[in-house]
Amino acid sequence: MRVPGVIFADEGLIRSMDDKVPEQVANVAKLPGIVKASYAMPDAHWGYGFPIGGVAAFDPDEGGIVSAGGVGFDISCGVRTLLTGLPLARVEAVKVALADTLFARIPAGVGSTGALRLSAEEMDAMLVGGARWAIEQGFGRPEDIERIEERGAMSGADPAQVSAAAKRRQRDEMGTLGSGNHYLEVQHITEVFDRATAESFGLVAGEVVVSIHCGSRGLGHQIGTEYLREMAISAPGEGIVLPDRELACAPIRSRLGARYLGAMRAGINCALANRQILTHLTRDVFREVLPAATLALLYDVSHNTCKVETHVVDGKPRQLFVHRKGATRAFGPGHSDMPRVFVATGQPVLIGGSMGTASYVLAGTRHGETAAFASACHGAGRSMSRHEATRHWHGRRVVDDLAARGILIRSVSSRGVAEEAPGAYKNVTEVVDVADRAGLARKVARLEPLVCIKG
Amino acid sequence: MDSQHSCGELKVGWEHFAHGADIGVRGIGVTPDEAFEQAALAVTAVIVDPARVEAREMIEIRCRAPDLELLLADWLNALVLAMATRNMLYGRFEVKIDAFALTAKAWGETIDRERHQPAVEVKGATYTALSVRRRDDGAWVAQCVVDV
Repeated sequence: MRVPGVIFADEGLIRSMDDKVPEQVANVAKLPGIVKASYAMPDAHWGYGFPIGGVAAFDPDEGGIVSAGGVGFDISCGVRTLLTGLPLARVEAVKVALADTLFARIPAGVGSTGALRLSAEEMDAMLVGGARWAIEQGFGRPEDIERIEERGAMSGADPAQVSAAAKRRQRDEMGTLGSGNHYLEVQHITEVFDRATAESFGLVAGEVVVSIHCGSRGLGHQIGTEYLREMAISAPGEGIVLPDRELACAPIRSRLGARYLGAMRAGINCALANRQILTHLTRDVFREVLPAATLALLYDVSHNTCKVETHVVDGKPRQLFVHRKGATRAFGPGHSDMPRVFVATGQPVLIGGSMGTASYVLAGTRHGETAAFASACHGAGRSMSRHEATRHWHGRRVVDDLAARGILIRSVSSRGVAEEAPGAYKNVTEVVDVADRAGLARKVARLEPLVCIKG
Repeated sequence: MDSQHSCGELKVGWEHFAHGADIGVRGIGVTPDEAFEQAALAVTAVIVDPARVEAREMIEIRCRAPDLELLLADWLNALVLAMATRNMLYGRFEVKIDAFALTAKAWGETIDRERHQPAVEVKGATYTALSVRRRDDGAWVAQCVVDV
């Protein structure tokens, strides 16, 4: 190991973590050019090379690498939250109609297709322009741009490095939610922990928000697949010894590294555009069902990325390539690289729960910048395999049980619902409490679901 | 979830194995070709019961890789790409491996969301728990974790 491994957890979470987490944290610590430490967030679990919940920063001046596995297959998977500005009672009154209309309009699940077909030129423009492109096409409001990381468009994207197969895979998938743990939820704010910050974020106890969790769809998956292969084959020639093939990587300052960065940034823009289009579809549904909802964007965060950031290490500012695989960026108060509206509070850190369980809004802290390169957890993390979940639960029963608690689930797949049963996930509250206690981010508000559209 | 039958002394078939957030797929066969066919069935079974997929259309897939393990990942990823871009599910496979080159046929049909009730989309075959090996009993085992 070139640097230490650091796992943020309490005793309970450490005990429930699989053995692969420390092994993978240690493997990442062996990669060239890693700086300071290899980190695992409190929701860490067995991933691909990097643990899910892994954070690692690399210095190009010290032979640092970029890793396709360290970003993951679902490039820029993330969460955005919209504020309705309405109290719970207003939404409860139309909840069933809202659930049914959202389910009818939001393409979700295997084989679903979006209404938008892009020409080759439009695809390339989307891959450069991200959410800004989507807004220019009419999918959103100009003020949304300020509420998205990278102001809606990741710079340095190079569509020429994205293969024809990846673009073909995206052809029918613009504005689709995907499947697995991706969702669109209508949630209500059940608890506020930090009133001043909540107020500044526009979060009021008893009011309703909408959160969207999804990523770069087929395009990102294909970029991940193709570059992982190329990096795995080329690494030995670069003199990189891989403790695990899945850690496949390339020097940042290499042709392959540069090509991957160009493609991966295009993947980030695809995810930002995708969430923007889904936002537009959501606003359309509310306009019909509940026109009083404002649906202003709180923030859009990504949790599978590699980004170039300046961090102070041993008193010196250094430009580093920070990989966050299942970890959320959490810039603290005063950071220059985030919207001005969050300068006093730190950025919103959006933590998705699982179907039927709570989600959280946290805020970045100054301490988090030194603790783990300004990173926090991203969700609950599974505690049970999909296979085991289908033996424990039946989809119909899960839907009925949640309905009895006032949570409406809409999904095309009964088995998919069983695999995503709330009991198959770790307790998100424990994960968030540890992130808060470790100072990675601080708790602002707790959200609980009313309606969940699942893939 | 699994499906196995006997072929002489050997158990041929596919199974899933647990991986934290995702699913491992494992094909077992008398030859590497058969293990690859069974691994593909295991991928389909992540999404849908393979018995529900009718063999209405056939596609051909060719891959070449530096070794058998990467060839397995390439084969499964070629199927994932075909499923995603053609909006298809595949339930029957015929694989021929010559050195590290694969030629295959896959039979299937267009996804019918009502009838197939697809559970989850496969994003890609990963190199986690990736191996192609001959067991002591002579059976070939081809496996990896798929990201869902």
